[in-house]
Amino acid sequence: MTSAIVWRRRRAAAGRLWDQFRSQRGGLFGLVILAVIVLLALLAPVITDPSGLDVTHATGGALKPPGDGFLLGTDETGRSVLLLLLWGSRVSLLVGFAATLLCVGIGTIVGIVMAHFGGWVQAVLMRVTDFFLVLPSLVLAAVLSTVLTPGIGSIIIAIAATAWPTTARLVRSQTLAVESRPYIERSWALGAGHWHVIGKHVLPAVLPLVFANTTLTVGQSIITESTLAFLGLGDPNSASWGEMLHNALQVGAVTARAWWYLLPPGLAIGVVVLAFMMCGRALEAVLNPRLRER
Amino acid sequence: MTTPATAPELAEPGTAARAGGARYVLGKVGGAVVSLFVVVVLGFFLFRVLPGDPIRLMSRNTSVGTKQVAELRHQFGLDKPLPAQFADYVVALAHGDLGVSLKFSRPVSDLILQALWPTLLLVGVATLISILLGLWQGTRAGWRRGTGFDRFSTGTALALWSAPTFWLGMIFLVVLGSWFPTQGIVDPDTPAGFLPQFLDVLHHLTLPCLTLVAVLYAQYLLVMRSSVVEEMDADYLTTARAKGLRDDVVRSRHAVPNALLPTVTLIFINLGFVVGGAVSVEAVYSWPGLGLLLYQSIADHDGPLLQGLLLVLAGAVLVMNLIGDLLLRVIDPRVRAA
Repeated sequence: MTSAIVWRRRRAAAGRLWDQFRSQRGGLFGLVILAVIVLLALLAPVITDPSGLDVTHATGGALKPPGDGFLLGTDETGRSVLLLLLWGSRVSLLVGFAATLLCVGIGTIVGIVMAHFGGWVQAVLMRVTDFFLVLPSLVLAAVLSTVLTPGIGSIIIAIAATAWPTTARLVRSQTLAVESRPYIERSWALGAGHWHVIGKHVLPAVLPLVFANTTLTVGQSIITESTLAFLGLGDPNSASWGEMLHNALQVGAVTARAWWYLLPPGLAIGVVVLAFMMCGRALEAVLNPRLRER
Repeated sequence: MTTPATAPELAEPGTAARAGGARYVLGKVGGAVVSLFVVVVLGFFLFRVLPGDPIRLMSRNTSVGTKQVAELRHQFGLDKPLPAQFADYVVALAHGDLGVSLKFSRPVSDLILQALWPTLLLVGVATLISILLGLWQGTRAGWRRGTGFDRFSTGTALALWSAPTFWLGMIFLVVLGSWFPTQGIVDPDTPAGFLPQFLDVLHHLTLPCLTLVAVLYAQYLLVMRSSVVEEMDADYLTTARAKGLRDDVVRSRHAVPNALLPTVTLIFINLGFVVGGAVSVEAVYSWPGLGLLLYQSIADHDGPLLQGLLLVLAGAVLVMNLIGDLLLRVIDPRVRAA
């Protein structure tokens, strides 16, 4: 079976990749932080009591500084900021990952189609990509979330619809590089069709780099989500970190100098974005031989 | 973001190159015109075809009877077929008419013109400072790669870049709010006359500008740094050093001019990102520019104003990109050859 051999080879390559990744201290550090945060987000319903999120069940005083059993103080309705932070991570990470998945899906398809088919298809798609690349994406995302029915789904769509061009350009240039190699020509000569060339040769070669690029997109999507929430376009029923900051500003946490309410969500966003960036840079260093030599 | 350039060939001077130049300029201008038209179409259809009907959008928070809805539809010409609506819209646009704001009951174009200068001031000053700061630190960091300065400046820039813009603004407000005005562009009781007015605007500009610079300069730093690192091993730098030139001269006269080129492209590609940052900053500091107008139009479900702002902001970015493309061709011979 040739496919068994191929799989063994791919597993071996993945193992080598992991060994190289482990030698990048920054990347490993970022990965550990991400793992902890994702774990906390997943375990939030187990380690905390969600009834504390209900305004009517809030036990603390309004906007109280840390102490008194509230490690990070309370919000304007007396809910624990720590609890909100933990539950907010679920929404922020969900939006980040979902928007990235959608964005990478669109970007990969457009990029491969551009490079593979060339000609007028490429000319038209390239124009569209460049068009979306330079447009002010936050403005477009804001307009999209205004006209779509409010909710998390619309936010995910709005982010993905404005973030895909970077991926599309990356995939296009990588596909062009792969398809100029002799083994693709050999594959054509042996009678391969479009599906075979794209599915068996182009995708496996292109996807690792897309993956490295993706890590940056997750962070960016989380920032965009928080900005949309800040502009008042978030989903009030699912409090993300951005929605927390939006509420904090609305109830005057800035003038009250309620640092315990303002700092944690922003720091959480920054830490997640930085951690994704560290992972991405380490992955890129491993996958891009030109960077490795330096 | 930018794909690596293919092997550069030097341009043969002569008529062929000049004809190629005309075709290049025409192609870029034509592309920009098509893009502008697409923005117009996008602006039209986003507000009419997507599930959110404009009337429903503006009456989302109020209860409106069916008769009123019908009246409003007629008033905005929404009872006509789509192609007729589009024709009306394009004709009005050609006359500079962007419709009337629902909230302010004033022409959208007036509101936008009024808010244009504060935004230009804020974005212009912040971009200039970011570019200077980013290029300076990027050059030094790249030239002494791996040193403490490199690690510190790159780390700081990345950390600031990772924070949401509006959050950074809120933190600056909490920390520095007692020394600087927290909103607006000028106090009403500032005496008339150029100097007091100028100083007051400067005072108001400090915090918004600081926030915008903090978020923007990382990109220039990173691109300049990697660009300088690329040039480090180039043969012409070895030649310059072999001539016995001082390290500073090799850097500033030989390496930096070449390393600057990718940054010029970035300045223009990034304008969309700058606009996004300006929206957040203006909303936090109530800076009376286009960003604050956008923030208000979203809060008030002011469809015509939002549509006008989308057109103006996207159009401005497209035009600036065209200028950037043409400018790059003038300063980089390798682009002229391609």
